[in-house]
Amino acid sequence: MFKTIARQIGQYWRATLICPLMVMLEAVIDVLIPYVTASLIDKGINAGDMPAAYRYGAVMLCMAVVSLTLGIIAGRLSAYAGTGFAANLRSAMFANVQRFAFGDIDKYSTAGLVTRMTTDVTNLQNAFQMLLRGTVRAPFTLLSSIVMCFVISPDLSLVFVTATVILAVFLYFIITRVGRLFTGVFKQYDRVNTVVKENVTGVREVKAFTREDHERDKFNDAAGGLHDLYVKAEALMAGTHPVMNMVVYGCIIAISWWGAHFVVAGTLTTGQLTSLFTYVMSILMSLMMVSMVFVQLTQSAASAERVAQVINEVPDILNPTRADAVIPDGSIDFDRVSFAYKGGSGEYALHDIDLHIAAGQTVGLIGGTGSGKSSLINLISRLYDVTRGAVRVGGKDVRTLDLTALRDAVAVVLQQNTLFTGTVLDNLRWGDEHATLDQCREACRLACADEFIKQMPDGYDSPLEQGGANLSGGQRQRLCIARALLKKPRVLILDDSTSALDNDTDARVRRNLATAMPGVTKVIISQRVSSLRDCDSIIVLDNGRLAGFGTHESLLDTCDVYRDINDLQGNPAGAPPTPS
Amino acid sequence: MKPIFAPKTTASPPLSEGAGGSQSRAPLWRLLRVIWSNYRFSLMTVAACIVVTSLTTLASTLFTRSLIDDYIAPLTAATTPDYSPLAHTLGLLAAVLLIGVVCSYAHSRLMINVSQGTMLRLRTSLFDHMQQLPVSYFDSNAHGKVMSTYTNDIDSLRQMIGSSLPQTLNSLITITATLVSMLALSLPLTVVSVVMALVMAWTTTTLGKRSRAHFKTQQEKLAEVNGFIEEIIGGQRVVKVFNHERQAAEQFERLNEQLRASTYDANRIANIVMPVNGNLGHLTYVLIAVMGAWLILDGHIDLSLGTLVAFLTLNKSFARPIANVSQQINSVLNASVGAERVFSLMDEPAEVDDGDVTLVNAVETADGFLMPTPLPTGLWAWQVPAEGKDGKPRFVKVDGGVELRDVDFGYVPGKTVLHDIDINAMPDWKIAFVGGTGAGKTTVTNLINRFYEIQHGSITIDGIPVSRIRKHSLRRALGMVLQQTHLFTGSVLDNIRYGRLDATDQDCIEAAKLVGADGFIRRLSDGYHTVLTDDGGNLSHGERQLLAIARAAVADPPVLILDEATSSIDTRTERFVQRGMDTLMKGRTTFVIAHRLSTVRGADCIIVLDHGRIAEQGTHTELLARRGLYYNLASPHPLLKEGEPQ
Ligand SMILES: Nc1ncnc2c1ncn2[C@@H]1O[C@H](COP(=O)(O)OP(=O)(O)OP(=O)(O)O)[C@@H](O)[C@H]1O
Ligand SMILES: Nc1ncnc2c1ncn2[C@@H]1O[C@H](COP(=O)(O)OP(=O)(O)OP(=O)(O)O)[C@@H](O)[C@H]1O
Ligand SMILES: [Mg+2]
Ligand SMILES: [Mg+2]
Repeated sequence: MFKTIARQIGQYWRATLICPLMVMLEAVIDVLIPYVTASLIDKGINAGDMPAAYRYGAVMLCMAVVSLTLGIIAGRLSAYAGTGFAANLRSAMFANVQRFAFGDIDKYSTAGLVTRMTTDVTNLQNAFQMLLRGTVRAPFTLLSSIVMCFVISPDLSLVFVTATVILAVFLYFIITRVGRLFTGVFKQYDRVNTVVKENVTGVREVKAFTREDHERDKFNDAAGGLHDLYVKAEALMAGTHPVMNMVVYGCIIAISWWGAHFVVAGTLTTGQLTSLFTYVMSILMSLMMVSMVFVQLTQSAASAERVAQVINEVPDILNPTRADAVIPDGSIDFDRVSFAYKGGSGEYALHDIDLHIAAGQTVGLIGGTGSGKSSLINLISRLYDVTRGAVRVGGKDVRTLDLTALRDAVAVVLQQNTLFTGTVLDNLRWGDEHATLDQCREACRLACADEFIKQMPDGYDSPLEQGGANLSGGQRQRLCIARALLKKPRVLILDDSTSALDNDTDARVRRNLATAMPGVTKVIISQRVSSLRDCDSIIVLDNGRLAGFGTHESLLDTCDVYRDINDLQGNPAGAPPTPS
Repeated sequence: MKPIFAPKTTASPPLSEGAGGSQSRAPLWRLLRVIWSNYRFSLMTVAACIVVTSLTTLASTLFTRSLIDDYIAPLTAATTPDYSPLAHTLGLLAAVLLIGVVCSYAHSRLMINVSQGTMLRLRTSLFDHMQQLPVSYFDSNAHGKVMSTYTNDIDSLRQMIGSSLPQTLNSLITITATLVSMLALSLPLTVVSVVMALVMAWTTTTLGKRSRAHFKTQQEKLAEVNGFIEEIIGGQRVVKVFNHERQAAEQFERLNEQLRASTYDANRIANIVMPVNGNLGHLTYVLIAVMGAWLILDGHIDLSLGTLVAFLTLNKSFARPIANVSQQINSVLNASVGAERVFSLMDEPAEVDDGDVTLVNAVETADGFLMPTPLPTGLWAWQVPAEGKDGKPRFVKVDGGVELRDVDFGYVPGKTVLHDIDINAMPDWKIAFVGGTGAGKTTVTNLINRFYEIQHGSITIDGIPVSRIRKHSLRRALGMVLQQTHLFTGSVLDNIRYGRLDATDQDCIEAAKLVGADGFIRRLSDGYHTVLTDDGGNLSHGERQLLAIARAAVADPPVLILDEATSSIDTRTERFVQRGMDTLMKGRTTFVIAHRLSTVRGADCIIVLDHGRIAEQGTHTELLARRGLYYNLASPHPLLKEGEPQ
């Protein structure tokens, strides 16, 4: 974990090294300045010697200038390194999340990932800056003060040894507990984020069911939990101060007592005793700093753990080594495929599916709710890996194919589709970055999206809100289809993508696809028999099993499930296909 | 994009009197006022503790100074050293220090309550306010940006409240104390000190102002990054399918770099303040030493060199707290920016809700009058407040008759989506909306429950204008299944119970059975107790819709609106749903939007919308006979052309 995080310092390593150096030099000057002021007073003012006063004043000003420069540089460097480090952390996480397979996405919640990339990173950034500026100075002063104490009086210094042991034990105790608490704190952040997110995305549900109070309770519970844990953790951290103070004050009293004895016995001078006190005070100060740094580090250790987990997550599906990027045609084969979701109930979502679709065919897919239609088509572009059997595209096992090449060849219009903030054109260009306006228009014409885009105030440059909130359901679906068409794929999969379209528009879209993309293998999932009856063949799924595979007519004869669906939709058996 | 009816003007926000102050300080003052009004007692105790702690520290310093002269020197001089006075004083010292320790702990512990408590308060009142915002606010603001306010912006206050505030208080006490002592020693030298202090204050505010602009950008960028992450990760499946990972990462890099740059700029400038002020302190020291010595030696002022030395020591303790305070500049600036963003969300105008008609449970008395009752009776009534002076409220039975008159509406100014809509839905009717996509079907339902406000015309329920009905009551009377389903994190049961919180497990299971969802739920790993996360991500689309229908079924509302509720559900399951809904909706008004004619066919009135206008309305048979738009919409079903199906 530490290594993962430290690696993210990356190009900022120079600043990371130089900054503490600057701080150290600054600290040296800070130690020296009192000597100069002492001289200024003793040799200049008290002696009434103005030239000497000017001299020492000038020296001190020079030192101030140097210290100022060092201070500014250190401040700059720590800001530079700290913010750079944070940016690297975010980048690394985001980059790895981009490698996640569908299965990994199921595992992490969106809100959780958002917290990790912002709140946790901010935390690490603060800790890192503190580390750069605070860690050098405090231990430096601490050590030198302790050494000086030993030099002055080894016997009295035993007091410090005792004190240090007590403190170490105590700090250890606090740190372990604080660490545990903070792990919980960040989980609560995830909860807060989840509740807010669900209230923002599901605002219509909340309002429609007037569940404002219920949601408020949920939020208060999450925010209250965060509050309670945070208070507990901070209270524990604040507990270090009184203990530290007591130990140090104990030292002062002990030193006063024994010191008095030693002075009386003649083993210690009064001057030495005075300087011991000075050192005790500086020990106190630096101990405070050190403990603060320590506690801050423990706090960020919880964040580091969470961040490292995302960076190190190995995706379920990786690009094969020596991947094959050539996909000769758009044929699809399922060889006795069974599939179960990893996080699911363990039951197979698909059983023993054996299917062969020739390139260029149009295949319909129909079946009950939850019968595994989406699961089946998700296997084609290797969004999930099969549990048993093999899926082949263009005759090659998808697990040997280059993922990018495969997904470029297979365009899927997902059932749960998403549009993104940006203009209509931005969204279309997801399909093809370099598509010209005319190409986009053509794709939209095919998807029957052109008609409504033209009516929007700025046409193709009209802004879409997150998730396409300013479009109607059917408009969103058509835009998603157009976006997929721009990929010019070999296999086009429409997963229930016309469910919100009226029959007329639905028929027009299908007709356009048939005429404009003749060589493309098309898999169309739909609940409407009327949408599928013209397909070359139709797959019927029932509870994850293949219940039938053939043309509309042959299925009417052989497949009970299909006949049942057909009858229910009021289609007469054996009626001629609609003229299209 | 805001609807015309939610102007972003008016609404005087609570606690906004401070807006008159300087732009940068206003949010901070407002925040301080919030803290002060809630934690007056704690803050005063903290102040007292700080004073006591300072005094005890002073005591220990004084003691160490006097230890040698007053105790050790006599001891060494004595032949038989008597340690008892020393022991006595040490005991006293220990007691004083102990008080100091207790006070210092008390102060930091109290401040934790203050800072965390304030953050909790802000979070909850932010949430309360957010819930009152109109739907259009959420259409046009990135979800992740809103989330950022709750985490990043509120978090930015912690350090300021928790440590900068007491630190400043502490420094103020020291500064005042030393200033008084300095004045007692020498007025002219004090003037020099104060002038230099003003210079420090000036550099701090100048640099602070420059830095604050960057802090502001930083929080904005942070919100943007938050928004981007939330949106892209929420749509990660689409990213995968389109091989869009590289572009997404590039776009993220750009935002990330902007965030880094603004954070860097903000901290870089703020980090200058501390060394500058620290070294200005040194400069003051030299200035006073040299100038003072010169003034004294030349006889301009009447002061001893010893006093000058004492003054110099004081000056040091005067400059140190100023430097300490300037160390807090980063957190103060960050907090001021965070507070500004929090308050700006809190000042967003809330949804208008000034209706006075409410929904109550009622019982019918023997003589046919309605009486309100706290018990759920299944009979609902609108409570209309009395019009006259001492009249009693009127109770109108909820029949569910909905009437739209001359309604015009547009989401954005200048683009009318609905024109002259006239609908008269009789109680108990099933009204179906059909029409091309984008015709405005969803929009009509959005107007009935007042997600958006109409611009022209009127909508009434049981003769009462919806604008007079309290939104809460109105929406409780309308059960909805929305076109886009959202589920919440929680078990399947929790999600169904969302429709009616007091529904028992048995009620929920009944509802699930009624709509045919029981079968798949039992197959889930924990059945009804299976926890759903991320919008029901581990269910199929149709299964999600079934849950949404069950949720509306359990709500048992007087009026039900189903917007493409079964669009992803297969016909065989839909048959169950249909049958279940028919039993459920017997005797209630239902609005359905559907493309499937099987769903629409039996409606009492079918309204055909075309480009925001009502093209035709009537029953299935009437409309088919007209051979108009409806007939064409039905055309892919060949049988329908011949006439009535079986
Ligand atoms: N939140 C919104 N902001 C701006 N415009 C919107 C918004 N919601 C819908 N629109 C626009 O209003 C028009 C009507 O949309 P509506 O959602 O009512 O259509 P619909 O009949 O429900 O269509 P569908 O069958 O596709 O769901 C469309 O042109 C759409 O682009
Ligand atoms: N991500 C997932 N994790 C675990 N189980 C899942 C996941 N997605 C779907 N399932 C389960 O797998 C089964 C098949 O789901 P699938 O989405 O393939 O159905 P479908 O045929 O597409 O249904 P619909 O018509 O409703 O879209 C369902 O029982 C569902 O609960
Ligand atoms: Mg599906
Ligand atoms: Mg709609």
